[in-house]
Amino acid sequence: MAQLDFIAPVSPEQAAAALLAGGAGARPLSGGTDLLVQLRSGRLPPGLIVDLKRIPEAIGIRQEAGGFVIGAATPGIALGEHAALTAAWPGVIEAANLIGSTQVQGRATMAGNLCNASPAADSVPALVAARATCLIVGPAGRRTAPVESIAVAPGRTSLAPGEFVLEIHLPARSARSADAYLRSIPRTEMDIAVVGVGVNLTLDADGVITDARVALGAVGPTVIVADAAAEALIGSKLDDAALARLDTAARAAATPISDKRGTADYRTKIAGVLARRAATIAYARAEKTA
Amino acid sequence: MSDVLERPASSAPLDDGRLKIVGTRPIRPDGVDKVTGRALYGADLAMPGMLVGKVLRSPHPHARIVSIDTRKARALPGVKAIITGADFPELADEEYEAGESASNLRDLALNVMARDKALYNGHALAAVAATSSAVADEALSLIEVVYEVLPHVVAVEAAMADDAPVLHDKLFTGGLKEKPTKASNIAKRNEIKRGDLAAGFAEADVIFESRYDTAATHQGYIEPHACVASMASDGQCQVWSSSQGQFMIRTYCAKVLDIDASSIRVTPAEIGGGFGGKTTVYLEPLALALSRQSGAPVKMVMTRDEVFRASGPTSASVMTVRLGAKADGTLTAADVELKFQAGAFPGSPVGAASMTALACYDIPNFSIVGYDVVTNTPKVAAYRAPGAPISAFGVESAMDDLALTLGMDPIALREKNAVHDGTKASYGPTFRNIGYAETLEAIRSHPHYSAPLGPNQGRGVAVGFWFNVGGESTAAVNIAEDGTAMVITGNPDIGGSRASMAMMAAEVLGLPIEKVRPIVADTASIGFSMLTGGSRTTFAVGMAVTQAAQKIVEDLKRRAALLMDVSVDQVDWIYGAAVCTDVSKGKADLSLADLAAKSGQTGGPIGSQISLNAQGAGPGFGVHVCDVEVDPETGHVTILRYTAAQDVGKAIHPSYVEGQIQGGVAQGVGWALNEEYVFDTGGVMENAGFLDYRVPVASDLPMIDTVMVEVANPRHPFGAKGVGEVPIVPPLAAVANAVRGAIGKRMTSLPLSPPKIRAAIDAG
Ligand SMILES: Cc1cc2nc3c(=O)[nH]c(=O)nc-3n(C[C@H](O)[C@H](O)[C@H](O)COP(=O)(O)OP(=O)(O)OC[C@H]3O[C@@H](n4cnc5c(N)ncnc54)[C@H](O)[C@@H]3O)c2cc1C
Repeated sequence: MAQLDFIAPVSPEQAAAALLAGGAGARPLSGGTDLLVQLRSGRLPPGLIVDLKRIPEAIGIRQEAGGFVIGAATPGIALGEHAALTAAWPGVIEAANLIGSTQVQGRATMAGNLCNASPAADSVPALVAARATCLIVGPAGRRTAPVESIAVAPGRTSLAPGEFVLEIHLPARSARSADAYLRSIPRTEMDIAVVGVGVNLTLDADGVITDARVALGAVGPTVIVADAAAEALIGSKLDDAALARLDTAARAAATPISDKRGTADYRTKIAGVLARRAATIAYARAEKTA
Repeated sequence: MSDVLERPASSAPLDDGRLKIVGTRPIRPDGVDKVTGRALYGADLAMPGMLVGKVLRSPHPHARIVSIDTRKARALPGVKAIITGADFPELADEEYEAGESASNLRDLALNVMARDKALYNGHALAAVAATSSAVADEALSLIEVVYEVLPHVVAVEAAMADDAPVLHDKLFTGGLKEKPTKASNIAKRNEIKRGDLAAGFAEADVIFESRYDTAATHQGYIEPHACVASMASDGQCQVWSSSQGQFMIRTYCAKVLDIDASSIRVTPAEIGGGFGGKTTVYLEPLALALSRQSGAPVKMVMTRDEVFRASGPTSASVMTVRLGAKADGTLTAADVELKFQAGAFPGSPVGAASMTALACYDIPNFSIVGYDVVTNTPKVAAYRAPGAPISAFGVESAMDDLALTLGMDPIALREKNAVHDGTKASYGPTFRNIGYAETLEAIRSHPHYSAPLGPNQGRGVAVGFWFNVGGESTAAVNIAEDGTAMVITGNPDIGGSRASMAMMAAEVLGLPIEKVRPIVADTASIGFSMLTGGSRTTFAVGMAVTQAAQKIVEDLKRRAALLMDVSVDQVDWIYGAAVCTDVSKGKADLSLADLAAKSGQTGGPIGSQISLNAQGAGPGFGVHVCDVEVDPETGHVTILRYTAAQDVGKAIHPSYVEGQIQGGVAQGVGWALNEEYVFDTGGVMENAGFLDYRVPVASDLPMIDTVMVEVANPRHPFGAKGVGEVPIVPPLAAVANAVRGAIGKRMTSLPLSPPKIRAAIDAG
């Protein structure tokens, strides 16, 4: 009969070796809030669990080269308590802190959210809008990849056998920049995004948007980088016309399906609504930064 | 459901303005155990040598079972028993009355374990008992079932169609003038009529008609079904399980397995929510059969997935409502048609939905027709005021539109047509001692009703009715040697009944509440009681408790008279002590403790047991007002404010009455906004879990204000009426009517989920 094994290595290399040796049934564990649920429900067969929490680099938040390095196994609650991180990336942090409840926040991580590869993962559109990257460790060594390259299809990642995410890197922040994340769920919490939108903006001294990035979640098999939506904002002061262009472009970029959580038509419309609202919040935040 | 309501009450309630305990808010006796995690629920019991029982369930919504081969599974080491439908006796096609829900025993047995046909995805086909959960899972995967997959039908109107796949080839529509010759999914047509419908509509100045539909919703209790069962080699059985009635479990196990009731002892576990859904059996007969075969105790616990796929939700429905009224709002006619999904076997609550549909209104001409329709979905089970919230959704939505058409205030329209004492109810009896007018007034004069509303906000009003029941009940009161008391009943405590039982006994005995300990006993330790359901426990079991305590007081007076050497009519019982009314005799008072200490001199242990069939549960009325705000871009509904007024008779423990009202509203709001069974085209439920079956979370609801209107029920010693079910009746319509106010459009299909509302707004 199938059996469940568990190890907690203390170095990234040990972890990569164990994952490789464990084959298809081996899984990294950061917070376990997806993994354990999937094992218990029988959706995943029991195999080898490689717990990353004992690896020093996988825990904690470090400021490096003006940006932030977040250990893969750092729980949501620690992100929200980090004042500098929250000030620089309010959208990423609000997205990560939306995951689950207080109990779930004590464990759930952004790396797990990313590598679980759910189209509806809350932190991923915000990370993509933020141009975050991952430090990946594997049997062949270390490499860096943009977050949007990790998920390739629902439940599937681009990670090679033995590879895992050790750190998430958020870039240095230029002046007058801010981000925001909004999701639509039928309830007020403990739910799964029907649509999620991350918007990241940089303004000049006059309030003109000089850089923008818009990412859409739950309206395609993986997060959609809506370039046309971002372009609709650049050069504007987020006036009504720019917001209307953003709405149209976000809707055009969305490729949702109809399922038990919402119709394609509804999801498309909400992608536009949330893009406008998230952009408005990000803009107001950016104006307030020094 | 209608008993002695028509007859005037014989005696006035004990509420003479001098109550010391009834009406106060002591801490509930089961509270500490529940908040510290010590309370033992269905899954908490473990026994030495216990096996794990699991169920093989049909992946198909409708299939003939050609064969079940269990040989490979039996050969697996660690497998101790395997049962299929062949291990159960075939039962007669007979109705069995069990409190709120009558059951056909043959159908009940076939729902517990399929025989020839699987009738829904999730229908039990076989069960195994093994030494571990992993072995049991493996054994299930080794059972080979050959199916002949049949076409299936889920939607109620599709099941009524002539060419629908027929679930039961011996089911002929009941309630028709001529017995049909062709089997049908329509199990029954029922009709309630009064007056001349055509004449009523001819008299009307305004006629309003609409069609409504509601989705199947689950009771959503937190605790999944769970039990441990053990059958010894002499055939004596023990069952520990979580349910709404240990006697119900005993009866059904005895019937399904053909065992003497006295050979089955059922001990109730604490119950983590039932709402009607635990008024039947699913696991207990299987666990007993597995224990019989294996010789070991067997524990069975459903997963949440099994709870959704295989235990009773309530009906999905399609309704039409037509109302006729004079320009001044007087209703002249009402025509209501209700089509209810019963699930795999007959027995939807369409009968109760029909009886309650117009129960708040005095209408000279009406017709209510209901259809009970079988479908390839789990057999429905009782759900809090079964059927009433559904028909109230249709009727109260229509009343709201009628008020709009007439330009009338919605409360005024209801007052104009309200039933009163002496009105002959739409379902038959004549109302007495009802507090409906007072409840309407409580909302009309409430500050909520006239508070201003902002943009995109709306206010909705709806009313609701429930019969409440009494029924067979037993209670015992025993006095300990130190003069403290035990109150023993046979009803699981779902909504704080231990507290109310102890309070009523303490009031009569004159003891402080801390000196009275209530327990819920097993089936061998107390006489029979119907299950906890129908809002009956505080009323009916409370009556038995009160009478048992009163009997003890009579006995204590006799004993005191003996000890004081006076005649019994010279002894009074005042606040916990026997007092000699003839002061000249100079007798010292004798407290309960004094009398208990000397019980050996006065006839032995002090105790009494009362068994009765309580009649005259006063019906309950609720009037709710709800404010919502709708986000016009996303279609999200936020409940801003909610006030529920209800005639409760007399609140024995006001906090638990308020809790019942708030809980009913919370469930009703979930039903209105997001809860629904979603089936794929293959007849498989797509959202069998709490992630996608959305009950409200705490942050979805405001604090729900309650107004308790106390119009005493003279048939209860303290004036109590049932309170647990009424509050789920109005919310579906109250929310929908508020949404109507906010978006200016009528939503006729539940749930009012954001995509539907946005689509309605877009449709212009
Ligand atoms: C009650 C509840 C509520 C939830 N609510 C939300 C919500 O609102 N929004 C939302 O997006 N999600 C939600 N989730 C899902 C889950 O909590 C999140 O996806 C969470 O971020 C997962 O993080 P984790 O660290 O727990 O992941 P884990 O369970 O540890 O891992 C998830 C997957 O990623 C893999 N993995 C983990 N870490 C790594 C790594 N470092 N490198 C490579 N692969 C890795 C695992 O093998 C597994 O396949 C909820 C879950 C629960 C139980």
